[in-house]
Amino acid sequence: MNIVINGEPKVVHTEGLQDVLHELGYQNKVIVTALNGHFVSEPNRQQIQLKEGDKVEVLAPMQGG
Amino acid sequence: MLNMYGTALQSRLMLGTSQYPSPASLAESVKTSNTQIVTVSLRRESGDSLAGQHFWQMIQSLNVHVLPNTAGCHTVKEAVTTAHMAREVFKTDWIKLEVIGEQDTLQPDVYALVDAARLLVQDGFKVFPYCTEDLSVAGKLLDVGCEVLMPWGAPIGSGRGLNNPYGLRTLRAHFPDVPLVIDAGIGLPSHAAQAMELGYDMILLNTAVAKAGDPAKMAGAFAQAIEAGRSAYEAGPIEKRDMAEPSTPVLGKAYLV
Repeated sequence: MNIVINGEPKVVHTEGLQDVLHELGYQNKVIVTALNGHFVSEPNRQQIQLKEGDKVEVLAPMQGG
Repeated sequence: MLNMYGTALQSRLMLGTSQYPSPASLAESVKTSNTQIVTVSLRRESGDSLAGQHFWQMIQSLNVHVLPNTAGCHTVKEAVTTAHMAREVFKTDWIKLEVIGEQDTLQPDVYALVDAARLLVQDGFKVFPYCTEDLSVAGKLLDVGCEVLMPWGAPIGSGRGLNNPYGLRTLRAHFPDVPLVIDAGIGLPSHAAQAMELGYDMILLNTAVAKAGDPAKMAGAFAQAIEAGRSAYEAGPIEKRDMAEPSTPVLGKAYLV
């Protein structure tokens, strides 16, 4: 399935958001997610099934002023 | 003692965590500044480099409060969504609310700022709004539930100091009991001291420290200046005069002409 992760096109082999995050190396990492511009809290990730063309943002703590 | 949303603070300096030459330089600057609050952001995390994980581990080791920001957001929706994401990942209801309205000066879109602040306060956030010195905007931010205001000194990263001392003095006088933090535009310790002499409660710095030749030394210099400025404010500065007044007594001077 083709989706967009952090602005980059990706081909993923699973459909659950949590599974996709594992597939892409984010398992057990301090991250926060959004789907198509909407915040998806950690407890809700399990329930999210991605569709072709979905846009996922995976963010983490970073330097800031 | 200074109090921000129920958190008692001894240090009157908040430090940004961006643009340092190295993580070690950042860590050393946090220590020499004696700050108790650092600002952080949320950015895209690569599943390969996982840079954010290393950064977050380092920040946690510093044992300071974190104030997440909504830097780079230009709309109410972006800022509110970013705030919700920050609350989950940083485990804090503090949010430094930035809604940028103009690209050259990075000045806030004050209309969107008030709207976003209202929504976030309703959602239980403790909002630190990046605003201007405009009195009516400040009043509206307080009306919607902000308990702290963060007016700019000058455009972010400009190092110009206090562009509008009159406006900042007016803001201080108008809201004497509201914690006020100068956020942005400070370039030198003397700028920070000037703001503290005006009665401001805290200073938020980033570029002036991070881009200094010796960031840790500059952080220490700012800490001293902020402490000196605060002491001067508490001591009660004299009023300016247009004409000279002798400081040595005239009475008793010998007649030697």
